Amino acid sequence: MYEDLKAEAARRKKAFDEDPAPKVHIGMATCGIAAGALETKAAFEQVLAERGISARIHTVGCRGHCYAEPVVIIDHPDSGFPPILYPEVTPGKATMLAKLFLEQGDPRMEHILGAMVENEMIPSVMEFPRFNRETRIVMEKCGLIDPEDIYDYIAAGGYGAFANALENPPELLIHIVKESGLRGRGGAGFPTGKKWAAARNTSGDEKIIICNADEGDPGAYMDRTLLESNPHQVLEGMLICALAVGASRGILYVRAEYPLAVRILRRAIEEARKARLLGKEILGTSFSFDIEIFEGSGAFVCGEETALIRSIEGYRGMPRQRPPYPVTSGLYGKPTVINNVKTFANVPAIIERGAGWFKGIGTEKSPGTAIFSIVGDVIHPGLVEIPMGVTLRTLIFDICGGIPNKKKFKAVQIGGPSGGCLSEAFLDTPIDFDTLSQAGAMMGSGGMVVMDEDSCMVDVSRYFLDFTQKESCGKCTFCRIGTYHLLVALEQLTEGKGETIDVGALKALSEDIQAGSLCGLGKTAPNPVLTSLKHFPEDYEAHIVEKRCPGMTCRPLIAYYIDLEKCARGCDVCEGCCPVDAVFTTPNRKKGIDQSLCVKCGECMTACPPEYKAVIKVSPPHLAPVIERPAQPPKRDAS
Amino acid sequence: MEVELSAAELEQIEKIRSELKGFKKDRGQLIPILQWIQNRLAFLPPEAIEMVAEHLDLSPSEVLGVATFYNQFRFFPPGEHPIKVCLGTACHVKGADIILENFERKLAIREGETTPDRRFSIERVACVGCCALAPVTLMGETVHGHMAPSKVEGLITRVNIEKEVKEREKKAHV
Ligand SMILES: Cc1cc2nc3c(=O)[nH]c(=O)nc-3n(C[C@H](O)[C@H](O)[C@H](O)COP(=O)(O)O)c2cc1C
Ligand code: FES
Repeated sequence: MYEDLKAEAARRKKAFDEDPAPKVHIGMATCGIAAGALETKAAFEQVLAERGISARIHTVGCRGHCYAEPVVIIDHPDSGFPPILYPEVTPGKATMLAKLFLEQGDPRMEHILGAMVENEMIPSVMEFPRFNRETRIVMEKCGLIDPEDIYDYIAAGGYGAFANALENPPELLIHIVKESGLRGRGGAGFPTGKKWAAARNTSGDEKIIICNADEGDPGAYMDRTLLESNPHQVLEGMLICALAVGASRGILYVRAEYPLAVRILRRAIEEARKARLLGKEILGTSFSFDIEIFEGSGAFVCGEETALIRSIEGYRGMPRQRPPYPVTSGLYGKPTVINNVKTFANVPAIIERGAGWFKGIGTEKSPGTAIFSIVGDVIHPGLVEIPMGVTLRTLIFDICGGIPNKKKFKAVQIGGPSGGCLSEAFLDTPIDFDTLSQAGAMMGSGGMVVMDEDSCMVDVSRYFLDFTQKESCGKCTFCRIGTYHLLVALEQLTEGKGETIDVGALKALSEDIQAGSLCGLGKTAPNPVLTSLKHFPEDYEAHIVEKRCPGMTCRPLIAYYIDLEKCARGCDVCEGCCPVDAVFTTPNRKKGIDQSLCVKCGECMTACPPEYKAVIKVSPPHLAPVIERPAQPPKRDAS
Repeated sequence: MEVELSAAELEQIEKIRSELKGFKKDRGQLIPILQWIQNRLAFLPPEAIEMVAEHLDLSPSEVLGVATFYNQFRFFPPGEHPIKVCLGTACHVKGADIILENFERKLAIREGETTPDRRFSIERVACVGCCALAPVTLMGETVHGHMAPSKVEGLITRVNIEKEVKEREKKAHV
């Protein structure tokens, strides 16, 4: 049965590959679409039709190079060039490439990022650290295959591991996963094999598998990218898990805010059913398993497994005491395995290539790779999959190109609301589950925000606490009220009203919240505060004692003014761009900022031509010289 | 704030009432049903809550209790042009709160509210998945990356102009 699918996939791939027409691969995951990939695709389609150029458009997922979206790979064998990757392909560029490259064979060197394979003409993308330092297991096929075509996945070897697993006893599958040392990618890093074994050994008439795609961290999107770029790899992982633990029902719990992922998953499940990879008597065997989608409704705490189960059952998503763990008593009291999207996505490769191979990647205690979404102040933001144990320095400076605008590195926030802010001292620490926990951060979701010297750690802590405080389900007093008081204190600091705040009390309250909370939300909510207190005490000090924000971020603690020595006075851009008319011109054409109106958006500073750089930001605000606003606005010439 | 339902909405509610019977009377259906209704009405009016409660044999307060727990559910109609300002981490560190403030100021409503003419509403969302373009704002389904406070007015003006153009075209046809 699987052989038939494989043969069909190979036939289709052969037809596609042997078609002499050039191929245009367009990245169409959310990030690509946000950057305009739909328009790019339309532009290609239009110019191909208008000029009668025969070329095939192949929509693929995301390669993780968000800084370069929309990304297009053009494979034009007749031109004599290798497949070429183009960044930032706007509709205009698309039209130009179609005319000049597809039609006339000129690849327009100036627009190229690199070639996809080694060759003599064009530098390969593999010469760049952003490409060659990665090790891809989970995201291996992302951006290369069409997520809406199951045969694309099968042609790339997909479902082979599952077909192989079907012929092996479940105990062996669990043994392999155990041996591989795979740890859950949902944050806490629990050994996956152990979880599966526990579920296998629990008796029950029906066992359930849940894939946790609730991805609640407000700054991480790797699960979504994976589901949008290669949904079948996740389905295959779930299938293998079902086989191993003896489950018949699967649920994919996806955030409802991910409409594209939901749509692609629905289609993938439909296709898998048609191919008899899901449903009754899969691939002609006696094994039956089906997957349904449950759309989560946007509550961060529902990422927690017991809360997630409550929400499927139709209740408020509040966590409960564990044990019993879901593997013994989960959804409707039935044995339930809950794993993260990436955990499942690791499984097919492990079954196919063996536990030894997987253990050879990463560190001893944390084998395999980690996917980070790196954003903030880095030159090449996006998704990066690297072996566990790579240092932050390599990741931020070598792979992601370092900090833009010649600024200095200040901090990196890892793990979202449960994670922590790490300072320069940690740049050389190899990152894995354990080193991050020791540092007071957490692997968490894998969201990473890099911050340069103009960032305020107090504000970042306030931001995350604001998030966790709002998302606390309210069950535990310390989490509900403790986070509130912590937040109020941080707000006072960022507003310059924190003179009475004692850093020791913040720490004590944080520790109480950790001790008094039932679930991971409350237990980890103070992490951003505790880590920033530890690694950036000077930031807190400055806010409390001097009412100064060293990162110049907390708006109540800064002011803008216009340096009249530098101001050329002739131009009015600052006045024109101010959203609240706070910038004024005096009768002798001096500029000033009315501090009572200024909302400190910084637009004037951005707008002021770089050759003047006349708008200056200061903290604390009283450092700004005062220029009186004339009572009446100066009359303009009537002429 | 009382919401006055339009004729179209009342009609939609009646349709929902009859189609609701197709759902199993099972507590596990509660959230899917609420999502289904919101997909059609864009929000959950009190009538909908009562209808669902009756169908699943629950009290309306129980249903409302579940609905209010989740951020997804709205109890007031969104504007014709819902504005979603991303306040995810990446957008926050690039000053998304200032963008939000600017929208609030320009439209004279707060986040979570709809303008009285029901044309615009402002919502905050967490990470729309294109952090590389931070700060990001969604107007309807369209993503606007690299937002700046000075772009806010332009976006609103553009919507208004489009509306005017449409109305003019309509008039020209008549
Ligand atoms: C507040 C909170 C939020 C969580 N959010 C997620 C999430 O978004 N995705 C996820 O996979 N796990 C999340 N988890 C972890 C889950 O409870 C659970 O440990 C995980 O899904 C298990 O899968 P794994 O073993 O594959 O990591 C969260 C936990 C807590 C306490
Ligand atoms: S934080 Fe705004 S798009 Fe990710």
